[in-house]
Amino acid sequence: MRPRTENDSLHTVLGLQSRNGPLAVLLKTILYGGIIVVFAGPLLAVLVGAFSKVPNPTKFSLFPHGFTLDNFNVAGHRGVYRYLLNSFVVVGFGLLLQMIVSVFASYALARKRFRGAAIVMLVVLATMMLPEEVVAIPLSVVLSDLPVFHVNLIGTYLGMILPLGAWGFSIIVMTEFMREVPMTLEGAARIDGAGELRVFWSVILPVCKPALGVISVFGFTMIWDQYLLPLIVAREPSQFTLPIALRTLRADDQVGIGVLLAAALLALLPSVIAFLLFQRQFTRGLSVEAVGR
Amino acid sequence: MTNLTGSRQPPPYGQAQRRAAIPAQRGPAHSREPTVQQPPVPRFQRGSRFRHRRLQPFVPWLFLAPALVLFLYFKILPMLQGVQMSFYEVRPYLGDRYVGWSNYVEATTQPLFTKAIFQTIVLAIGTTVGSIVIGFLLAILVEGQARHLVLVRTAAFLPVVTTMAVVAEVWRMLYYPDGSGALNTIIGWLGFGPQPFLASEHQALGSVMLVGIWRGAPYDMMIFLAGLATVDRNLYESAAVDGAVRWRRFVHVTLPALRPVITILCLLAALRGLRSFTEVFLLTNGAPNGSTEVVMTLIYKLGLEQGKLGVAAAGSMVLFAATAVVTLAVHAWRRQAALR
Repeated sequence: MRPRTENDSLHTVLGLQSRNGPLAVLLKTILYGGIIVVFAGPLLAVLVGAFSKVPNPTKFSLFPHGFTLDNFNVAGHRGVYRYLLNSFVVVGFGLLLQMIVSVFASYALARKRFRGAAIVMLVVLATMMLPEEVVAIPLSVVLSDLPVFHVNLIGTYLGMILPLGAWGFSIIVMTEFMREVPMTLEGAARIDGAGELRVFWSVILPVCKPALGVISVFGFTMIWDQYLLPLIVAREPSQFTLPIALRTLRADDQVGIGVLLAAALLALLPSVIAFLLFQRQFTRGLSVEAVGR
Repeated sequence: MTNLTGSRQPPPYGQAQRRAAIPAQRGPAHSREPTVQQPPVPRFQRGSRFRHRRLQPFVPWLFLAPALVLFLYFKILPMLQGVQMSFYEVRPYLGDRYVGWSNYVEATTQPLFTKAIFQTIVLAIGTTVGSIVIGFLLAILVEGQARHLVLVRTAAFLPVVTTMAVVAEVWRMLYYPDGSGALNTIIGWLGFGPQPFLASEHQALGSVMLVGIWRGAPYDMMIFLAGLATVDRNLYESAAVDGAVRWRRFVHVTLPALRPVITILCLLAALRGLRSFTEVFLLTNGAPNGSTEVVMTLIYKLGLEQGKLGVAAAGSMVLFAATAVVTLAVHAWRRQAALR
């Protein structure tokens, strides 16, 4: 990375940073303020609305009307915390499964030469081209009577969790990263008598921490954003995840907009917090997703 | 078996075995306990946990097994199931009846479907173009290292990490058709009358599109910023030395460098648009009067609410064909562009 110079402002496309006259600063403030209001404003309104008294239960107000926690109390009576718990169960076990499956598969793909590796890679890439929406309807049929096992996963947590396990994106990210680990590192451990699992666990995985960060943050937001899968799998309201429960909350006449906002806030916070905490990993994952590197 | 620290213990079985095979180079073949003086033999032998060489070929497959099983059950089998179902009239308890291509005929010619397909394409193109244009404008506005720019970028990116269900619910409230609705209040300040938004047949699809753009533009912005960061700064400098105006520098240096990024963003956004479900399902679910019905919401209704699984499967396959064609076309185009 080149050290910063005062010339750097010249290197942005518009060179806005070099304009520092009073008028320019004012215009820039308005511009940036506008961008924040347009994109973060609605979400901020959810935060404010969730904690404020709602004079009109059908109206979403832009302005707060006094602080209250009532919305969260009523939300609790409506089972919102149960939905939140369901969401955490799905995201917790789903992410765990997804990461374990991905690192194992990547280890084989990145560190082993074997017949059929190219085909497996092709399968992984092909599944990435297959939108999950396309298989949603047939998946519901497969889930209702899993071949060989003949169990019905509709209406179970497993039905919401297992399909999340194999995700091409995290396998590809991990594989790319593991390929870069120098062979000498692995060789040294093997000379010392380390077995396959030991090499995997104590040599390769610790080196791959950055990639693990990327796939965990990305996996978390991906699973948290799941909608169609829990919608298909959940049968009873007690199994709903928070995102799909929002719709039933809205349809519930007894529930005012404040409660809906409280639930919406709880549904948006986890992934937003994950993003804010791990922004660096997230941005890296984004560039992998889009540019492939 | 932990032996990461020293070499005093006997070498693992595999190693001893290999030595036995080449005794001439490696001292006494039968010596299983090397003395302390004898240094460990540096060779990249296979691990001791999977001792038998015969098992070696299976090691990668053991590591791959969980992924392969899950892919098989939740990607490959459903896909095959979908292909099969699309040729049958699925009748629970009565047994499925083979109907040939008639599901496909229904999924491509029935007015319900043709309307949904048309609206899906409009929605996909609208959100793609809209989010790329706005994403690009955002990117060049917030480009730079200053701390306040980082804050603006982070704030603008929040819609992308917000779960779509919340995005849709929030926009439903913002779009409240009455004059007292949030967006209508703002429009009122600007001197316009209240708009019906989602309640109107003419505005609903555009309103759904706007939500897609609102969530897609910051994503594109981030990718554009990553692309801008890779533009060679020396080119900027030499352009400045040559006295190129900012606009010309933009056209001749920045845009060509961003071309691959634009291509990939078009692809990603188009795919996102074609498969859009959650936002439409929550904002309008096809209403008013089918004016926002897209392929996925229609498939969901047919398959899971009306039990016409065969037609729904055929519709899914048509959607898959569309996404595959778009993906392959863009890839082919990229390859050609790379050759040029």
